[in-house]
Amino acid sequence: MKEANQMKAMHAPPTDDPSAMIVIRNLVKQFNALRAVDDVSLTVGRGKVTVIIGPSGSGKSTVLRCINHLEVPTSGEIWVDGIHLTHDAKNINAVRAEVGMVFQQFNLFPHLTVLQNVMLAQRVVRKRSEAEARQIAMQQLTRVGIPEKAHSYPSQLSGGQQQRVAIARALAMNPKIMLFDEPTSALDPEMIKEVLDVMLELARSGMTMVVVTHEMGFARNAADEIVFMDRGRIVEQGPPDEFFTNPREERARAFLNQILR
Amino acid sequence: MDRAAQWPWWLLIIVLFGVLIAWNALTSELYSAIFSRLLLGIGVTIFTTLVAYSLAIGIGLIAGLGRVSQNPIIFNVATLYVQVIRGVPILVQLLVIAFVIVPMVIDGANALGAVLAPAIGAENFLSRTKPQDVPFLSRCIIALAIAYGGFQAETFRAGIQSISKGQMEAARSLGMSYLQAMRYIILPQAIRRVLPPLGNDFIAMLKDSSLVSVLGVRDITQEARLYASASFRFLETYTSLAFLYLAMTIVLSLVVKWVENRLNSDGRGQG
Repeated sequence: MKEANQMKAMHAPPTDDPSAMIVIRNLVKQFNALRAVDDVSLTVGRGKVTVIIGPSGSGKSTVLRCINHLEVPTSGEIWVDGIHLTHDAKNINAVRAEVGMVFQQFNLFPHLTVLQNVMLAQRVVRKRSEAEARQIAMQQLTRVGIPEKAHSYPSQLSGGQQQRVAIARALAMNPKIMLFDEPTSALDPEMIKEVLDVMLELARSGMTMVVVTHEMGFARNAADEIVFMDRGRIVEQGPPDEFFTNPREERARAFLNQILR
Repeated sequence: MDRAAQWPWWLLIIVLFGVLIAWNALTSELYSAIFSRLLLGIGVTIFTTLVAYSLAIGIGLIAGLGRVSQNPIIFNVATLYVQVIRGVPILVQLLVIAFVIVPMVIDGANALGAVLAPAIGAENFLSRTKPQDVPFLSRCIIALAIAYGGFQAETFRAGIQSISKGQMEAARSLGMSYLQAMRYIILPQAIRRVLPPLGNDFIAMLKDSSLVSVLGVRDITQEARLYASASFRFLETYTSLAFLYLAMTIVLSLVVKWVENRLNSDGRGQG
């Protein structure tokens, strides 16, 4: 009993703040010679939207992918809603079911219809009944604005529609957190807005979100916190008003000058 | 001119040749004797091909999954199997499996049973199977299945690896286990892609089933050998035999082509 308590203490998040949803401590990810993430610590508040920006190759996506263990951290620790992320497969699957992820390349399942895409994980992971999974799937497809495409195949949809299906697919699992990995970078310009609108609605509904993006307009409007990364490290962090109007760090200023012009 | 060049003249030549052979089979006593002899073996040829091929698909799928496994033990066992199979001629594999491995496995199992059964009082349940009780047809089917399983493992591996990494990541990020992701996401797409090569393997298996004649199993090749050596009608017998294989493989390859076209014509499965 005492041992169990000690274990619990060891793996409890290093903060008593109940408003913390994700706690990252001293995260390092090494790819052979490249240190993609170099000692990153970050706390994401419950119901908050955190936007990670920075030049390409700065480790933004890798941080995101460590949160649901798509990348295995070299060192450092991560807690998701109080659950300590370990290498145990059961634990990882449990965390992943609570963390939705949206990818740059959509990654819809091409051999399944839109409806089947949104239903499958509900059935096999959440063990929901066919009827319940279908009802939730249609609810989420309505939320992202394309219920009429339920019986289409992904290849019959535009990029923006595919990405909205991918968001619906993640939401159907009732995640506590949504991760977005450059969700609009593979889209034609005229389709970016429809995806950002869905994300904005989601942010307003109180979802905890971590978003890697180059869309500065979205960052400004939706973010509670901006994290600027460069060369694997967090260079500057703060609320968007401060960050965009008066960045403290030289590198952040240079980046903003480049991107906003 | 272009249309004439694209016309399948080769097929016409084969069909004409077939008509000639069929005409002979109906009119000539010798040819009809040869064909009725060959048809005695057709059941064995088809049975061997079908059973060995089905077993090979199962072995190949498991070994192919082993070849993409992250587990070093599973990966190495699967790779060892594939490399050995690819490095030994199929005829030699047939001999080794039929005369070495099958007797060894049965003797080994018997020896193990003889030691273990008295300990649990199960002497009466011991199998009385001896190596010589296993018919050569079964040994050949086992051997062909193991040999083809090695090649199909590589086909499945290639199919699995051709599916973009994002598919596995998306499935895992939704909380599916590795095996669930394989079953529901990766394999359904991979198998669609490897259907044409698997179809070609079926044709190859039909041809290689003729190797069983080396062990005296009476397939069509063995029947032809027996007939030819008794009648000295080598030309007529072996020409008929060759034509029989050709007729079967051509029909099968047209089926494979049709399946391939169907898969290409509907756009899904591209991802």
